[in-house]
Amino acid sequence: MIKSELVQRIAEANPHLYQRDVENIIDAILDEVTRALARGDRVELRGFGAFSVKSRPARTGRNPRTGAQVKVMEKVVPYFKTGKEMRERLNRRAGK
Amino acid sequence: MTPKTLTRADLSEVVYQKVGLSRTESAALVELVLRELTDTLARGENVKLSSFGSFIVRNKGRRIGRNPKTGEEVPIEPRRVMVFKPSNILKSRINDRADGKKR
Repeated sequence: MIKSELVQRIAEANPHLYQRDVENIIDAILDEVTRALARGDRVELRGFGAFSVKSRPARTGRNPRTGAQVKVMEKVVPYFKTGKEMRERLNRRAGK
Repeated sequence: MTPKTLTRADLSEVVYQKVGLSRTESAALVELVLRELTDTLARGENVKLSSFGSFIVRNKGRRIGRNPKTGEEVPIEPRRVMVFKPSNILKSRINDRADGKKR
């Protein structure tokens, strides 16, 4: 499923909303998660999982083509930990 | 500064502020979006949200694990797990902070 399909599904379930509104809602959600992570905050969504950031220390890397050493600055990367309920749902077999 | 934890309530508030629906309806829509995402993934279908990232369902095979406390071998049965692959846009937005401080 891609974003436009998600928008479509939500719009179908809410005929009183314009597709444009649904797009704005989804963008607002994703944007807020992004801004929270940029501040170093966590976003915990029960039944789904939790977004957080982890920092990667500065290191000396190498340009794989030339072998030249390059300094890589400390950076932060987004991290998602799947929630307990979601993990269980992924492994629930149909008919069980 | 200690990190804060945001929840559904914070996301609903943002939807309320930005989209101009009632608080109740904003909360219901946040819930619906999350339900649509989790239902899709629970069916084993991947979700790609452009400029944010992808949630990918992976099938893991059976392997032998070990209880780290007792050293005892225990089989880990085949299972499905989900991973989040952040987009490059998300990664770069998280690294450039508004206050211009490097982290």
